Amino acid sequence: MRFPTSIVLVLTLTGAAAAHEVTAGDLVIGHPWSRATPATAKTGVGYLTVTNNGSEPDRLIGGSADVSAGFRLHTSKIVDGVARMRPLEGGLPIAPGETISLKPGATHVMLTGMKKPILEAEPFAGTLVFEKAGSVPVEFTVEGFGGRPAEASDSHLEKRQ
Amino acid sequence: MSPKTLRRTLWGAVVVLCLFVGATAGVTIMRASGQAPLPGEASSGIANIGGEFSLVDHEGRRREWRDFRGEPVALFFGFTNCPDICPTTLGELSVLLDDLGPQGDDLQVLLISGDPERDTPERLNEYLKSFDPQIVGLTGTEAEVDEAFSAFKAYRALVPLENGEYTVDHSAGVYLFDRDGSFYGTLDIHESPEVQRQKVERLLAS
Repeated sequence: MRFPTSIVLVLTLTGAAAAHEVTAGDLVIGHPWSRATPATAKTGVGYLTVTNNGSEPDRLIGGSADVSAGFRLHTSKIVDGVARMRPLEGGLPIAPGETISLKPGATHVMLTGMKKPILEAEPFAGTLVFEKAGSVPVEFTVEGFGGRPAEASDSHLEKRQ
Repeated sequence: MSPKTLRRTLWGAVVVLCLFVGATAGVTIMRASGQAPLPGEASSGIANIGGEFSLVDHEGRRREWRDFRGEPVALFFGFTNCPDICPTTLGELSVLLDDLGPQGDDLQVLLISGDPERDTPERLNEYLKSFDPQIVGLTGTEAEVDEAFSAFKAYRALVPLENGEYTVDHSAGVYLFDRDGSFYGTLDIHESPEVQRQKVERLLAS
């Protein structure tokens, strides 16, 4: 029963959804990705990881994306059963040896003022701005509506049209 | 009032106070236990979540809670300007419905908007085209949406953001109801898709 699904997933994982990373000095940016947005969506999202292999702390303070006018670091939390989203004041510190994750239901990039919809399998360009490493160009891959990052080993990678 | 009468009166007051405190505590405990069944646990009939609402769906039709009797319901709160949790939930439910196949056809999936000012029926219609067609979007006037949130004991607050924009704090998770409209349990964003699927399968089989 489970076998065919697993095989399909492995094929999916090694295909379009493969993880990518960008190195900028001591920082390794892991798999920037986004999710397709409905045509009328006013907001989009960005997720990624950053590993600091250096001996000095750095801080993710902002960025940009070519699909949107705005690029903001926000955090979502479910507290007492209530979903709350707030701007992340002061950026996101990355201590030496640490990996930070921007992921669904947690800290994420909120793209505002969409210039065009984010379409599945159509990557878009962006930059991440760090306090010390400066501006780093990245490419966001785009998952479908039920999309999860490539690292996830669950059925959410199956795409919807 | 003699000292004896005074003493009796005071003791009487203490007894009344104790009875009152005891009764209140009892009711509170019963309510608390009634409102917090274990995830996925079948309704014992105690939980009192869910109630009448009158809203407009994404196709402009007026819909009431009673219209959704007869088949199970998965209901959640959100808004279309939400970039993270709402599309995650909508996407997960779409994938879940896809996985369930024809078995999931009976499930009525409702999104009640917590942002009626921006989420007009037209806006919901456009937005929902990207997700499973079984998902019904509901909105209304501020008062109608407030009433619907109250009926489900759900929380909603508009919170200002940068540049005059705002976000909506809202109850998270997906509420499940059986064919009779009795509260059945919840789905949580942090659960694995397998657990969510098992819960929905159990609901559909109930």
